[in-house]
Amino acid sequence: MAADTPERTLRLKLRVWRQRAGRPGAFEEHELPAVPVSASFLEMMDMLNEQLVRQGREAFAFDHDCREGICGMCSMTINGMPHGPIPGVTTCQLHMRNFRDGETITVEPWRARAFPVLKDLVVDRSGFDRVIQAGGFITVRTGSAPEANNTPVPKAVSDEAMDAAECIGCGACVASCKNGSAMLFVGAKVTHLSILPQGQPERERRALAMVKAMDEAGFGNCTNYGECQAHCPKSITLDVIARLNREYVRARVKEFFSTTGKPRKGGD
Amino acid sequence: MNLDAKTPAGPLADKWANHKAKLRLVNPANRRKYHVIVVGSGLAGGAAAATLGELGYQVSCFCYQDSPRRAHSIAAQGGINAAKNYQNDGDSARRLFLDTIKGGDYRAREANVYRLAQLSTSIIDQCVAQGVPFAREYGGLLANRSFGGAQVSRTFYARGQTGQQLLLGAYSALSRQIGLGAVKMHPRHEMLDVVLVGGHAKGVITRDLVTGEVKAHSADAVVLCTGGYGNVFYLSTNAQGCNVTATWRAHRRGAGFANPCYTQIHPTCIPVHGEDQAKLTLMSESLRNDGRVWVPKDAADCGRAPADIPEDRRDYFLERKYPSYGNLAPRDIASRAAKEACDEGRGVGPAVDGKRLGVYLDFSASIARLGEGVIRERYGNLFDMYENITGENAYRQPMRIFPAVHYTMGGLWVDYNLQSTIPGLFVGGEANFSDHGANRLGASALMQGLADGYFVLPTTVADYLAGVGLSGRPSVDAPEFRAALKDVNDRVARLLAVNGTRTARSYHKELGRIVWDRCGMARDRAGLERAIADIRALREDFWRNVRVTGGADGLAPELERAGRVADFLEFGELMCRDALEREESCGGHFRTEHQDDGEARRDDGRYAHVAVWEWQGEGAVQRRHEEPLRYEEVQFSTRSYK
Repeated sequence: MAADTPERTLRLKLRVWRQRAGRPGAFEEHELPAVPVSASFLEMMDMLNEQLVRQGREAFAFDHDCREGICGMCSMTINGMPHGPIPGVTTCQLHMRNFRDGETITVEPWRARAFPVLKDLVVDRSGFDRVIQAGGFITVRTGSAPEANNTPVPKAVSDEAMDAAECIGCGACVASCKNGSAMLFVGAKVTHLSILPQGQPERERRALAMVKAMDEAGFGNCTNYGECQAHCPKSITLDVIARLNREYVRARVKEFFSTTGKPRKGGD
Repeated sequence: MNLDAKTPAGPLADKWANHKAKLRLVNPANRRKYHVIVVGSGLAGGAAAATLGELGYQVSCFCYQDSPRRAHSIAAQGGINAAKNYQNDGDSARRLFLDTIKGGDYRAREANVYRLAQLSTSIIDQCVAQGVPFAREYGGLLANRSFGGAQVSRTFYARGQTGQQLLLGAYSALSRQIGLGAVKMHPRHEMLDVVLVGGHAKGVITRDLVTGEVKAHSADAVVLCTGGYGNVFYLSTNAQGCNVTATWRAHRRGAGFANPCYTQIHPTCIPVHGEDQAKLTLMSESLRNDGRVWVPKDAADCGRAPADIPEDRRDYFLERKYPSYGNLAPRDIASRAAKEACDEGRGVGPAVDGKRLGVYLDFSASIARLGEGVIRERYGNLFDMYENITGENAYRQPMRIFPAVHYTMGGLWVDYNLQSTIPGLFVGGEANFSDHGANRLGASALMQGLADGYFVLPTTVADYLAGVGLSGRPSVDAPEFRAALKDVNDRVARLLAVNGTRTARSYHKELGRIVWDRCGMARDRAGLERAIADIRALREDFWRNVRVTGGADGLAPELERAGRVADFLEFGELMCRDALEREESCGGHFRTEHQDDGEARRDDGRYAHVAVWEWQGEGAVQRRHEEPLRYEEVQFSTRSYK
């Protein structure tokens, strides 16, 4: 902890993607002469934008909000890697001490068919919301919930649900996948809700509806590259995809037998 | 300005039940004929929109992020309080009420706080049913931890991501309603004005942040759940987009702004590291359960590595000064104590601008007692985040922390129904002023957001709608809407027309420095008067010299920023003025003229009231009103944690 020495800075070359919606984009090159190593990656982008505005030029649009790795808004592909080179870290939590003096850094938006570019580094991730709207919930009317401790949940189950529920919905899984698959995202939510006792009544319905919405939103299928797991800033593992497949097959089988059997009567 | 709090009669514990029984209802078949606008999709807004949609109203919900799941409630780390008394340690709604009133330094409204404490238990039930994976004991029942300002363990948590899990719960409920068509969601929309027709709030003006389109929306009632104004300080733990615009625009249309000087400076944040920093990061208060706060006794030791400073040369100042609460002293008190130690020259860490502004939060004793594994399980994600930001491993060496702006207790004035001084304009969550007085206790913000959103607003908005009836919704072609649209478009044009030389961010930074230095942890008359003059001058300069590039068509981040900074430049002055007029110290508001040896000295005779400011037009100073605080159950006492 050397106290009073001036901070080390980096001279950086930046290749940043510039694009207007619906038009082709291209890289623009810029230089920053002195980026402190303690700055975050987005603070470095702020410095670039400040420089551009002072020159009367347009700032780069990029998504960001909480800057503490939890809101899932930031979405940059840095040197070809969603969220950059450090595993388990979002772009906003990536700090410049991980880069070298004189380095050229390439900054692009998420690249995926289901995430069209809105401008520069900003993409449209509303497909994720539509998947959740289709079934990523437990139906519970406000005020109708039973006393919380009436249903004990084994700690191991609760912990596993929490591991999956940590997903921040950033879309790095989709951006890193050659197929543009969202199965890590969908698997995380299906896992979270399907293993909790509270999630049982809608278990099959949920898996079927979410997979259908996922396909409709234009996401691809999983072919086990595993890139999503490597780039997930919350370290969510492929186990959730295995569970999603299991839940989906289970639901389809149950659906098959319930629809080929005796026709169900409507309500009375 | 009518400041009737509409506090129901009867014993404190029965007020909410009695009140609910008297509120008017809307018949289920008629609900779909009413349109309610909810601005904000955090815990309060998301929960309110979901619940109103589920009840059958037509709901439109707006947020500036790309998805409602990203609202800043998501960043709350530590937990949510509820008076479940699962620990059998003597908790009750009454105890939670008393702790919250005392924590707020006797500057909150009794009836509102009691209702909050009562509703806390239903919140936990609701969230567990939604699948929120709260921490559990091995027996499968819910776990609790303790938090600042309480002597019971009543805080429910989901690792260090409680806000995330609660918000995702509300988001899932909201998503279900969106999927069913009951709620129309408008992400990437910013509210730029409230529209009043016949004195009632009947709509909003928004800008679509993707297309740039400025548009009017009409409704039967408007609910603002747009968060706090902490970003007036530029550096804060708030998200980058958090802003005062929605509440400030409502204030300019006639909504009273209450207690703007009550801001919370959180004691455990990562210290400032440099000039280009845009954000401060919170380290959860829960860390103070297992971490001990200290600085060297002697300033000469401050440059030494912490491990080289022997035990008898360390000052565990919170344990020394507040032995009964120790490291879990409330936030305002812990923050001031840290500031005091640094002002004495005993701060640690690298010097920024020649000053070491940091104190140690040391886990070595807990690691020795419980093992690293236990600490990792409790706080692993926080330790990881700390290492990402500072490059230091807090399992090996103490964390360095310093206070930072975190939450704002002030906000739009609301009555017991959470209705502002504008009829039909309701305000929930951090955006209102109602429940935390002059200081908020840890794990209470999530509780308040969800209580407002799930339980209070759906009930009280219905009462308002039943009162105004079905003929009240104007067309967006009404002259009031056209005038408001013109105001918003003119302002956008004005921002673009300045075409000066300074960036909006540079003004924001300068404003932040003014208010942090003179309206931060310690305030005095001379400093506040200077701050007001400086802010006025800065505001004038802004309108002469700001430069906004990128135009107004489509995504225009510089325009968004400039609009928000312009509002902060107006709001900052009011915050300082409120601090100037409140000639006492209470909670987060510490006037150096009013203290007893470093402890806040309240003046209950003159200041046991809510200060509510009324807009008087461009350039004029707002008018100050008072809502007296009448305590029926609680006796004023000096807030002591010693």
